[in-house]
Amino acid sequence: MHIIEDGNVAAAMGVKLAGAQVIAAYPITPQTPLTEKLSEFVESGELRAQYIPVESEHSALAACIAAGSAGARAFTATSANGLLYMHEQIQWAAGARLPIVMCVVNRAVGAPWCIWNDHQDSISQRDTGWIQMYACDHQQIIDGVLKAFALAEAVSIPVMVCYDGYLLSHTYMPFEVPEEEKVARFLPPFEPSYALDPESPANLNTVTLPDVRMDVTGEMAHGYMEIRYLLQEDLRAALEVAQEIEDRFKEVFGRGGDALLEPYRCDDAEHIVVGLGSLTYQLRDVVEILRNEGHRVGVLGVRLYRPFPDEALAAALQHAAGVIVIEKAVSYGYEGALCSDLKAALLAHRTDGGRPPAVKGMIAGIGGRDIRTADLTDALRAHITGTPVEGPGWIGLKLYDSFQDEAPPQGTSRASARGRGRERE
Amino acid sequence: MGTRGYRYKTSHSLAGPGDGGKTGSWRVQRPVIDLERCTPARRKAEACFICWLYCPDCVISRSIPPTIDYEYCKGCAICAEECPTKAITMVDEAGRQEDDEQTCSLEGSRPCT
Repeated sequence: MHIIEDGNVAAAMGVKLAGAQVIAAYPITPQTPLTEKLSEFVESGELRAQYIPVESEHSALAACIAAGSAGARAFTATSANGLLYMHEQIQWAAGARLPIVMCVVNRAVGAPWCIWNDHQDSISQRDTGWIQMYACDHQQIIDGVLKAFALAEAVSIPVMVCYDGYLLSHTYMPFEVPEEEKVARFLPPFEPSYALDPESPANLNTVTLPDVRMDVTGEMAHGYMEIRYLLQEDLRAALEVAQEIEDRFKEVFGRGGDALLEPYRCDDAEHIVVGLGSLTYQLRDVVEILRNEGHRVGVLGVRLYRPFPDEALAAALQHAAGVIVIEKAVSYGYEGALCSDLKAALLAHRTDGGRPPAVKGMIAGIGGRDIRTADLTDALRAHITGTPVEGPGWIGLKLYDSFQDEAPPQGTSRASARGRGRERE
Repeated sequence: MGTRGYRYKTSHSLAGPGDGGKTGSWRVQRPVIDLERCTPARRKAEACFICWLYCPDCVISRSIPPTIDYEYCKGCAICAEECPTKAITMVDEAGRQEDDEQTCSLEGSRPCT
């Protein structure tokens, strides 16, 4: 069935179809309509789940951790500072190997307060051991939630389904609703690998000592290092499992294809633009414009950011002369995290004697700054044609002279402070 | 992957002595029971057992008198806090000898040596 709805509703319908048994969430813009929809589903009896209203995001994930430990299919969702507030439990859920699924409706993090879209929230959770999927449209959101549960349960690792706040969460788009009977085939009821059992009490995630130990049954039990290594090993193996699940999804539903990357006009491209989320679909328009001008450009969307598809990325980019990474997040003090990851992958997987393509990092859309197709086109054209560009490579940045009469921060000369004044657009 | 797989990939311990190592070595103070004050010891009957009930590590026996397994007691002092007759006193481990008796009767907070 084709319907037209917003991205949050697409996510909620996915969670309903997946038959989540426990939902615990705390409302935060722009995720709020997703949790409201889910509580409506539970209230009306359409979704037979426990909806646990909690006092914070930390508690929301703690409730999901408890539910997962008891063997339930658990879901939560959040954005921005809510995600940051979960951080301690995010690490816990991964170390405890609980297949929780969480939608992250991407939003800028404070300070200053900002409710609009960028990727700083989920990117800042990159190293927690969760799998991160990025959706580009509503179809990928609703399908992504189903695939996320399948993947999480297959590898016992929690999954974030990230989608852009407002750009996807609050816009209406047509999408296909997965048929219930097909969902039943694709995603059977959750069979936990372990569930709390009053008949056989156990301590979960207890203190581990630096070395291995003998347990009560006389078997050697892993220490912290082994447990963490296995998380890393299983995450790396999840690249393959994600693709298997994608293939199975395509078999059942007839859509999808590549779990890791989504290339558009990359085959003959001299320059390839790499990004995450809905921006990569907007970039398709830019590709068309630049191709009409005679520039051979393609765009490569990264669907799965963690585990990082390093080999697939390097293979997809090896024939390009140049790669431009456009990101909505910054590893402050360096550059965009995706850009760093990608450069490392190109270096690690370069073909014999081959030079890896030159990589240029750009930042765009921080705090919901409008990313205009014309600006993207200009920035890419300038880079491709080697036109010298003034400024730091933040597309759409507007700096003003307004406060230049105030004393500059120590160590900054007044002249240089004034020099970075004018509006640049 | 089954329960075994789960235990293989996480820290998971079963109820039983020693699954978390010999945690008695963590102890800074040890609880010592004054049998003159301890209700089941004094009445020679199954009674009270609040210490047994509250001990988070199940190292206190439900016996007359109750005994404490110092091999695993971490010295958290919950038993001393909860004992309604104040029969349990926390005593510094520093300077103690290794072969102490596990339970003993004593006056006040003087360690049994």
